[in-house]
Formats: sequence, C-alpha cells, structure tokens
Amino acid sequence: MKRIVSILLENESGALSRVVGLFAQRGYNIDTLTVAPTDDDTLSRLTLTTQGDDKMVEQIVKQLHKLIDTIKVVDLTDGPHIERELMLVKIKATENDVRRELKSCVEIFRGHIIDVTASSYTVQLAGDSEKLDAFIEAVRDMGIMEVVRSGVSGISRGDKFLRV
Amino acid sequence: MELLSGGEIVIRALKDAGIKYVWGYPGGAALHIYDALYRQEDVHHLLVRHEQAAVHAADGYSRSTGEVGTALVTSGPGATNAITGIATAFMDSIPMVVISGQVPLSKIGQDAFQETDMVGVSRPIVKHSFLVTRAEDIAETIAKAYYIAATGRPGPVVVDIPKDVTDPDHKVPYHYPAEIKMRSYQPTDKGHRGQIKRAVQTLLDAKRPVLYTGGGVVIDNASEHLIALARELNYPVTNTLMGLGAYPGTDRQYLGMLGMHGTYEANTAMHHADVIFAIGARFDDRVTNDLEKFCPHATIIHIDVDPTSVSKNIEAHIPIVGTCSSVLPEMLALIKQADSSPDADAIAEWWQQIDQWRADKGIYTASRYEESSGNCIKPQDVIKMLYKVTNGEAIVTSDVGQHQMFAAQYYLFDKPRTWINSGGLGTMGFGLPAAMGCKLAFPDTDVACVTGEGSIQMCIQELSTCSQHNLPVKIINLNNAALGMVRQWQDMNYSSRYSESLYEDSLPDFVKLAEAYGHVGMKITHIDELEEKMRECFAMKDRVVFMDIYVDRAEHVYPMQMPGGSMRDLWLNKTERT
Repeated sequence: MKRIVSILLENESGALSRVVGLFAQRGYNIDTLTVAPTDDDTLSRLTLTTQGDDKMVEQIVKQLHKLIDTIKVVDLTDGPHIERELMLVKIKATENDVRRELKSCVEIFRGHIIDVTASSYTVQLAGDSEKLDAFIEAVRDMGIMEVVRSGVSGISRGDKFLRV
Repeated sequence: MELLSGGEIVIRALKDAGIKYVWGYPGGAALHIYDALYRQEDVHHLLVRHEQAAVHAADGYSRSTGEVGTALVTSGPGATNAITGIATAFMDSIPMVVISGQVPLSKIGQDAFQETDMVGVSRPIVKHSFLVTRAEDIAETIAKAYYIAATGRPGPVVVDIPKDVTDPDHKVPYHYPAEIKMRSYQPTDKGHRGQIKRAVQTLLDAKRPVLYTGGGVVIDNASEHLIALARELNYPVTNTLMGLGAYPGTDRQYLGMLGMHGTYEANTAMHHADVIFAIGARFDDRVTNDLEKFCPHATIIHIDVDPTSVSKNIEAHIPIVGTCSSVLPEMLALIKQADSSPDADAIAEWWQQIDQWRADKGIYTASRYEESSGNCIKPQDVIKMLYKVTNGEAIVTSDVGQHQMFAAQYYLFDKPRTWINSGGLGTMGFGLPAAMGCKLAFPDTDVACVTGEGSIQMCIQELSTCSQHNLPVKIINLNNAALGMVRQWQDMNYSSRYSESLYEDSLPDFVKLAEAYGHVGMKITHIDELEEKMRECFAMKDRVVFMDIYVDRAEHVYPMQMPGGSMRDLWLNKTERT
C-alpha cells in the first residue's frame, strides 16, 4: 500500500543523507522524495512516499523518528490529507492539429503551457500523482520529450498541522 | 572568557565531559589535538597498536564501568580502521564517542592525502555523527556527542574535526555548556502508566511465565530492579548472551542463557510459556529461531527504551517504551499493592516442570559432554576451571566463536558488567583490547580474555599495548588449531569439508610470542596440569599471562537450535545431531 510520510527535520548538513541512508540500509523503498526549508529556515520539511504493509510502515516511522535530526514524523495516510505534485513536460508539437489538441488537453487538466517553441510545448501541471499519470497517458502518443516530476508534497486536511 | 585553540578545546571539552581516558592513535590530521593533549595532565591517552583496538578498548571500558568510552583517531585509514569497533559498539548499544581528525576544510572533497568521508562511511553504524566546521562549535558538539551517546538507547557518536578547525594559532573563547537540550532528541524514560498496569495484571495472571532479559538491563543498570521483581514473583528468568550477569547465574530461579546455544530448560520454558516478559531484549534471530514457530502460546510483554525494537521481529501484545530502571520499580510497586497475587499452585507446577527439564537435559545438573582425559582437554572444562580458579569473580571478555559460547554457558556470571563480548556484530579480535579497557577501569580485578587461536590473532598486536600501559590481563586461549565454530558448521552442514578453517602447522608458538612481548607464556596440553597452571597464571597479578591451552579439536557447542525450528527444537549433543 502506498504511504505518504511527512517529516520535520533539522536543516543541517547530513540530515537528508541520514533519511535516505536509512531507507537503503533497511531495505525500504522510496518512491518519491521532496525536501525544502520551511518558513523557519532551521527546519526542513520532507515528504516521502513509500510502499509497505502496516508493520513495515510502523517500523519506517519509528526508525525515522529515531534519527537524531528528526523532530516530527507523521504518516499522512492515516488521516484525510491533500497531496500535490508538480510536473513539467516537454512535448513535441510541430503540427498545428497536435498543437491544438495539446492545448485543449492542457486546459482539460487545468495545466499551463509555460514555454513555446516552433516544435515544442512545455506544460506545467499540478495535482495528485494519479492526475499527472493520466495526463502523461493522454499525451503519450504526441511524443513526450522530457518529464520532470517534483515528487509528492503532502499536508493534512483541516486544522491539524505539523510544526515544532 | 578564556581563549583556546580548537585542539585545546577538544581536550578541555573531554575533561569537562568527565573523561579521564582516551584510547587512540595519532596521525597527520589529528596532530594539533595530540599536541594539546601533550600539554595537559587531566586527560590520559593510551596508545594502541591499531585503531580497531582503540575503539574496542574504549568499548570494554564502557561496558565494564557504564561510562562513555572515548577513542581518538586520525583521518583516512585511522578512521576506517575504527569502523569495525564502532559497528561493534553500535550493535550492542554501547555509549561511546569517537573523535576523528579530518583533512582541512579546504581539502575536503579533493581526494586529499588520508581523506575519507568519515561521517558518510560511519553513517549506518553510529547513533549520530557530527562534522565540526568551526572551532567555536567544538565544545558544544562534544558535549552533545556525550549526551547523545549516553542517553536513550546508547550508542557510538562520531565527531569528525578537520585539521584547520584545530589550528593552534586560531584562538576562540571557550565555553562548555552546562546542560544540553535538543528539540529533535528527547529520549523516553518513563513508560506509559496504563500499559504498565496491564502488564502487571498479565504477569500476575500468568501460569507459565518466563522473564526473558537482555543487554538493556545491563546497560541501564537495572539488575537490582530485575532481581527484586523476579524474587517477588518467584518466576523463572533467562538471560540473553548480552544480558548475562543481569540476573545472577547461580540463582535458583535462573534457567541459563536462551537462544541458539541456550540451555534446554530456558528454550523449552520459553516455548511453553503463556506469558513472556521481555526486558531490554530485542528478539534477535539468535534467540528466536524461526519467527513463525516462536513461542506459540505466549502473550508478550516487552519493555524497551527503543521504540524500533518493539514489535520489530515479534509483535508485542503489551509494549512499554521506557527504561528498565524506571519501569521495573514501578511494576514492582504495583505488584506489591495489587489485590491479586500469582497463582501459587500453577507457579509451583511450572517450577516442577522446569526442574524436570533441568534434571533430564540441563547442562548444569549433569555433564552432557565426554569429560576431559589425559591430553584431551575439553574446552568446557577449561571454562569451568577458570570459574573455579577466579571464584566466579573475574571480568571475562571473549572473542567470537566456540570459546565465546562455552564461556557464556559455563562461567556463571553473578553480576552485570562482568561478561564483556561482542554479541550483535560478532567481532573476532574484540576480546583482548576489550580486556585492556576493563583492566584499566578495574586494576584490582582479575580480567580474563577467553579466546581462540583464530580470534586472538586478529588483534594480537595489542600485547604490546598491555606492556606499555601496564595492563596485566590474562589470556585463556582455547587452541584447537581451527576456526572452531566454522569447523562445527562444516561438520554439520558440509560433510566435514573444512574449507579454509584449519591452521595446520602455521600457528605461532604462542609462548614464545608472549615472551617476545615481555609477557609470560604457558602451554597446557594435559588436563592434569590445567588447575595448577591456571592458579599460577592468576597468582601473577602484575603480569600478562598467555595460557595456550590445547583443547579437543573435535568438540562442538551444544545445545544448538535446529535451523528453521522453534525455540525448543534443540540438538543436545553430537550423537543426537549426527
């Protein structure tokens, strides 16, 4: 089962490598990983998605918490939450009908065309991972040149928040 | 505020952390620190012959005293040589700080001479690590390192210090923090009250209980609490390899060690138990045997300070995250106040059953191996003799292999911190340097390193360290001219094809070798000379004595759990196995 785990981490050198190392060392998978400083620049917020049964995820959460740099760990999958991922896709677009079709596809998915050349469009799309997957399927035949995905960021719904 | 250089700050911070002894080996990147060490008298340094030994010695010092051990090494090979020692300490949760020199900041990443990314290399085997980039940060980092190493589930912490950060010409104000607080690290101490109450009720309701206690009891100095609780309940106790001594080995309620080479009564009692109370133990694979078949009738209560150890291998029905020294007395108080008490009839019946198992197949009620005779000295008899000659009061360190298991089985440890061995990592070469650490801490106590001719050769150079620092340890070498445990497995699983496990005639003359280092060597080949020679050995209080004892080459360690079986599936002797 797919899980989304959120971590508040000391923004210090080596902290990220400890998180990543833990996964390699204990044989856990990382599907996606995003990390950036928060409004408090001494803190990093990290979201990662992984696969595993309840027992494995319980261990992952506990092991993450055990890292000295880790301040808080939450398995967002336990409750209602929102997940978003940003994707940039460069697609071949030379023929006029392809350009038209691509433009309408982008509108349907509520994305934006953020760069245009005579032979390509670059599309920006945000949403949950399934939506991004669906867009890729929709435009696959047009000729995808490059895909960049940010990995999932997550936040819980409602008034709950993760903060020091 | 006093102005000190980075090198001076390192040493001053060690002093302020209460550190008296540092084991180490100098080298380029650590020379500023070593110079600062030379110019003071508070922190004593013990020069070893290999960095692995520095860490093992600091480890032995820590295990025998409960204090944090300290090692100091240089960058590159100094740091990588320390790795085995650090991993050993990590696996057994030993508090330790390892300070490593590093190439100057400007050279990091340039593949400089003797450069290794120590923080990176050590990452999976440390509790935490630091790379210090400013002289101003050294004191606080060292204070944090000792705090992290010693608290919660203890473990080794690496502090990597680039050479320019210790520059003698760059002086900064020195301040050692009186207290360390970290928002990201707040180890749990007290257990959950509700869980503790549930655990107490479950214990009181038990009909076939076993207390299964591990290294956590030793590390947490909770032995007295364990004894008080066990006596109050009159329940049987078994210790893991790491827990030996936490409960007295000669006590009536003690079943012996459990696990792969545990006693019949301990393993069988575990299998039939209805309540297993795991205290500072982690359900290691060398204990449980096949997890699917593990103790099918038992409700599991588990105290551990480390939440990741709870329900990792075996699901705990009543998990309690807290220290043994906090939770056990709380439980005892509740037991004393409780309305109910243990079912005396059921417990009497349980003891009757256990006593039957002991009488039938226990290794302490009868000798389960052929006795020594003439030139055939049984390794078990050597350990029994060691026990007799030292009145069971020695600190015994061991290396890894058959001798380790024989020592664990036949030396009945009555006190914690007297059995010092590498249980988790299983590091050959640990025994001698660890013994040096123990001897430094307890100069008036007999310290015996039980080893084999395989293990001892992995750190034998430390015989020289023993001379330099006057550490008169006794080496009990069970010499069977083979890697005994490897050979045993080859006997059992590979039709006695001894692939690379025999030394043939390549072994050194250990007597001459010991003498070359200025020590006393003894060669024992006949059972009749064992006691006299061993008494002679321990009578030489101020000498290192190397007892090279030729033991039966064919002997195996039993009992032994059958692979893939439950805890009670044991071979009890060679005939049964083959």
